[in-house]
Order: sequence, then C-alpha cells, then structure tokens
Amino acid sequence: METVNIKINGMPLTVPKNSTILEAARSAGIDIPTLCYLKEINEIGACRICMVEVKGAKSLVTACVYPVNEGMEVITNSPKVLNARKLTLELILSTHERKCLSCVRSGSCELQKLCYDYKVDDETYFEGEKIHYDIDDSAAHMYRDNNKCILCRRCVAACSKMQGIGVIDANERGFSTHIGCAFEKDLAETSCVSCGQCIVACPTGALSEKDDTQAVWDALHDPNKHVVVHTAPSIRATLGEAFGLPIGTNVKGKMVDALRRLGFDKVFDTDFGADLTIMEEANEFIERVKNGGKLPMITSCSPGWVKFCEHYYPDMLDNLSSCKSPQQMSGAIIKTYYAQKMGIDPKDIVCVSIMPCTAKKFEVKRDFQSAAGVPDVDISLTTRELARMINRAGLLFNELPDEDFDSPLGDSTGAGAIFGATGGVMEAALRTAVETLTGEELKKLDFEEVRGTKDIKEATYQVAGMDVNVAVVSGLANARKLLDDVKAGKKNYHFIEVMACPGGCVNGGGQPTQPASVRNFVDLKAKRAAALYEEDRNMPLRKSHESPVIKTLYSEFLEKPGSHKAHEILHTKYVKRSVY
Amino acid sequence: MANKKCAIPFTGTPEQEEELMRVIHEHKEEKGFLMPILQKAQEIYGYLPEEVLEKIATETGVPMAEIYGVVTFYSQFALNPKGKYKISVCLGTACYVKGSGAVYNRLQQKLGIQGGECTPDGKFSLEACRCIGACGLAPVITVNDDVYGRLEVDDIDDILAKYAE
Repeated sequence: METVNIKINGMPLTVPKNSTILEAARSAGIDIPTLCYLKEINEIGACRICMVEVKGAKSLVTACVYPVNEGMEVITNSPKVLNARKLTLELILSTHERKCLSCVRSGSCELQKLCYDYKVDDETYFEGEKIHYDIDDSAAHMYRDNNKCILCRRCVAACSKMQGIGVIDANERGFSTHIGCAFEKDLAETSCVSCGQCIVACPTGALSEKDDTQAVWDALHDPNKHVVVHTAPSIRATLGEAFGLPIGTNVKGKMVDALRRLGFDKVFDTDFGADLTIMEEANEFIERVKNGGKLPMITSCSPGWVKFCEHYYPDMLDNLSSCKSPQQMSGAIIKTYYAQKMGIDPKDIVCVSIMPCTAKKFEVKRDFQSAAGVPDVDISLTTRELARMINRAGLLFNELPDEDFDSPLGDSTGAGAIFGATGGVMEAALRTAVETLTGEELKKLDFEEVRGTKDIKEATYQVAGMDVNVAVVSGLANARKLLDDVKAGKKNYHFIEVMACPGGCVNGGGQPTQPASVRNFVDLKAKRAAALYEEDRNMPLRKSHESPVIKTLYSEFLEKPGSHKAHEILHTKYVKRSVY
Repeated sequence: MANKKCAIPFTGTPEQEEELMRVIHEHKEEKGFLMPILQKAQEIYGYLPEEVLEKIATETGVPMAEIYGVVTFYSQFALNPKGKYKISVCLGTACYVKGSGAVYNRLQQKLGIQGGECTPDGKFSLEACRCIGACGLAPVITVNDDVYGRLEVDDIDDILAKYAE
C-alpha cells in the first residue's frame, strides 16, 4: 500500500495515500466532527463542521473529503478552527427547532452532542427567522419533521444512493431549502418502501419511527387482553447498543426477562416463525423446481423489498415467494393454533412484534395478513421503541438475569437465528431444501458462500444431480442491479434472497441509531451478524425441519408444508403499485 | 407541506409529446443531461407540467424528487402555465421601499394563488419581477403590456376588475 507522510497537530504520521484528512486523523486517535458525511453514501462536504487548517491552503478545508498528500501539515483544533465550527453550529441552530428535552433523539442527537462539546449556549445570539414546516405523518412507519432538519442530506443519499429509490430531495433554494417529496406530496403518496434507512442516517430528530409504544402499554394494562410478544432474530444482537453495550453483544436472555417484566403474558421468538417460513419456502421452492413453476423464486421476508418489488418490478410479483414473513407467520400461528390450544378468542389476543424494521409497521396493515379474521400482528415495534419501553419501566437492562423464551413458540433452531443477517434465509432454506431433495443428511451445514456483507453473493450448489444457482443481495440499489441482470437474461438463478437493508435485518431501519462517528469507522453489519452466526453455531438444532415444535405444529395442525391449510394461514398475495 | 400540484389541467398534444421524446433521447446519454432536457421541455410546453416531469423521470431513470429539486432550485423553470393575463409585481429596491411587498401580498390573497402560480381558470398568473425601469412610478405592476404605477394596496380591486371579461 502506498503511503504518505503528514503531520497532524504537529504529530508525524504515515498514512495510506488515498485517505482523507478525516480518516488519517482518526487513525491517530483524533476525532474530527462531521454532520453531513457518511462514508460511501454521502460524501458532499456540505455542512462545513469538519473544517481544519492545512498549512499553505488559503482557507479552511473540509476534512471529510479532502485527501492527504505528502508533507501535508494539518491542524484540527486551532482557535480559528474551533471558532469556525462554533459559528457553523450557531447558524444551524438559528433555524433549528430546539425542543430537545423530549426529542426522540435527545441523548443520541449528533447536533446536540456537538453543541455541548463546543459550548454553543447563547440562544439569544443566534435566534433567527424560522420557517415552520408541518410534520409529515402520512406514512405508516415514520414522521418527517423538517423543523429539526439541518439539511445534511444524509437521508436523501440513503434513499437514492443506497436504496436506489429517491422519493425525497432538496426542494427550492436558499433560506427556503427543505427536504421533501416531488410536488411537496406526502410520503405516503410516493413509492417510499418504508425501509427506514433515512431514519438511521439522520443525525437529528427530524426523522423518526412512528412511536407505537402507547398502544402496547394500553394493551398491557388491559386485564381483558392476552398480550403476546415475539422478537425478530436480529433484536438480540442489537438491543444492547441502546444500553451502552458493545456492538454485537447477544442480549437474548436479558431481553426475554425485560419483556416478561414489562408484563407480556407470553414471550415468544420470531425465530420460530423463521423456521416455519423455511418449511413453507423450501417446500415452495422444491415444488416450483419440480413442477416448472416460476423461477427464480425470490424471498418475501423483507417488507421493504416486497413493496419495492410491487412499485418497481410489478412484472416480477410471480417470482416472489407467496410465504408470509416470519413476523406474520408467527402472528398467524399465535392467533390460530396457539389461540385454539389455549382456548382464547383470537380477538382477545394482542400480538406485538419487536422488529429491526420500520417497514414491518406497514406490513402489519397489509391485506391478506389476517389468518384468524383479525390482524396476524397488531402492533409492530422497532428495537428503538422497545428500548424506550424498557427505560420507562425503570428496568436496569444490563443488570437483568438471563431468561428463556416461553414454549412452545419460543423454541427454534439455528436456521431461524441467522435470518437476521444477509444470506441467512438462503442458508437456512438450503439446509432444509437440500436434505429434503437428496434425502441425505448434510455433512456441512455452513454455506459460507452466501455469508458476509458483500453487496451481491452468488453460488452454485449440486443438489440431487442438479445445479442450483443462488444469489443473495441486500440493499435495494444492489437488488435493482441484480434484477435488471435477471430481466435482461444476463443472469440465470433458481433462488434469490433479497433484503431491503444493506447487510440484512441487523442493519435495519428500526435498529438503534449509531452516530456517523461510529458508522464511518465500524462495520456495524458484520459485527452484529457475527452475534447471530455464533448463536447458530451453538444451537443443538440448526435445521428448521428438525425443530420438535415445527414437527408437532404440522402433525397436529398444518398437516404438511404447502397444504391447503398452510396456504390459508401462512401465505399471502401482492399488489401491483406504480412508481408515480 | 401542502401538495403543490398545478391547478390547471394538463393539455399536452401528441405532437408535443413526440417532440419531448425526441429531446429526451437526444440528450439522455450526455453528461449533465437533465438541464438541457428541462429547458427544452419548457420551450415545448411553456412550463413544466407534472405529467412532463413524470415522463422525463421514467425515460431517464432520474427520480422525480431529484428533478423537482432541480426545477424548484432554478428560477428559470415554471411549474405553472402563464395566465391569459400575466401580472408582474416589481420587487426591485425602489418599488419595494414604496410598498410593493404589500401590493404583492394583496394580489396573492385576492387571486388565491402564490407567486409563480396561475388561477385554476387560467386567467391570471402572478409573479414577482426585478426592476422594470419605471422607478419614478414606484410601486409598479404590469398586466401583460399595461403598466400601473404609484399604486396603493386598495387600487388592486379596480385593476383586476378591468380584466374581468
């Protein structure tokens, strides 16, 4: 690797030739503040908070995009630099709605932290004219509050560059500049897929999930309701972050205990629903292969991806698996099988799901998602909302004991656990499909080729004398590339896994936010996914079809995968949507 | 934010659409193709209707939100057609200090539209303009080629009444 010699704050350093000043400083233990910069997503040098002095340069430069060169001398903390940053913060605050006390991002707001660090405290000094914006609450999953927007455009880049959608952009100019949809439409009128990547990209409280925690409190306090919760595979790998634990800590036991203490009647695991999804999806795949059905079959677990497909690839809806997602399958079984077993009217059950995802809030309201005549899932909360409930209940999360999920719908396999990472659904499905097709036990359960955080992963497996071509893709801009290749006949796959969020659910739009100072330097996706693969490795059962609960469920209730009853309860339909 | 959809129905002809498609295909492989396409589209239609922007978005793959952002950034682009009577209010320095801001506000209020928009019947469009060189008459407005000067806010009703037919 080519290197250059530079000096930062007088300290001699040797750094890679193509690094930016920001990266070089970070490698020497110096944090330069950023607001607009998100590595590889938003590199526009617009907010001017990362200004530093470079010897010989005629003005301050933006460290986030300015490359180092041989002999460069940088000062990151001179009075000139610090004053420039403070002035920038004051200008931002002059139009910012400073309702910080109860703001959803209070404590995790990147602007708030900088204002504290730089002691920007004289409000009378920077009080200025403001434009009042109405909050856009039209979408099922989020609020857009431009009064707290600092125009960093991280959301715009997440939407257009990372997800290939682009339903928001900067409208108008100068003082009137604001982020909005074309023709100032509400978000719900656009082809927004509800992935929530804009929310986790936002440095302030301008974008946030719709908070549905009050509805859960109300249910928990209603003596006539049987309130059941189930938690998605990835939540255990991320919830700890909301309580200051290291990224990638598996907090399954504490999470279960917390949910029980919150008052849920049963604490189940969506991993069970994931196992069930595999039974139905592997069966559907085998049927399609055997009977000349539509191929490639594409997974349908990710509601952001499903809505994207409905808007942008409506001609490929037949390729989508008809399986409901694990969230909905869990809910459907809770309201049918479990309700019957317990002798509870499904109308008296409130099913709450804890999801890494804001699109799940949209999914629970979709048609064809009510197996018992009532919604399969009543309320879908994000990881962030669960953390909020735990805090409000006064639970000292890190001190809680480790508990186990309730039986029977809390029992699952390692195949369910890895659903939370990109490639996990594919691997889990292959474990079951290959054994079903060959009738032989797999010697090696790890399908390494489909693991990891690469944008697009491809593999070919020899199964029962047939070459099965699979692809795994995460992030919708990547999905678009892959699907265009499939449509153009350049690629020939049998089975594709698509996750809307880059890296899969561990990096979902409902996960705890991490500031840019972390996101730019730590691979969140890989660290969080590692916790799930470790859980899988340590499970006694790692194949969905070997789960005793799954076996009992089919023998007592569903008959067999793909049965008429299974179709009524566990499968769904899609609708064509337009882009504009 | 209220939906900013134009109140005037789109009346594009097949000939205009053919011309638009020709322009899109002529430019869409160029670097920075959006500006020339938008400029020529505005020449074809006189303004940039939503239906036209949708066509450009679909044909070029540039998201509509991005196109709308560009269109609202540059003052050369209009999202509304001009009315039968085009009212311009001078907000140049001399007119402004003589109270043209209040005149402009009254016109927006009377016509029920914002600057840059056109009334739903297509009759009046309203815009602000810079100095028209009649500072001695400040504050000044023009309605098509008619010039009205030394205005008071209360003169507006009488002026509009002249164009009632």
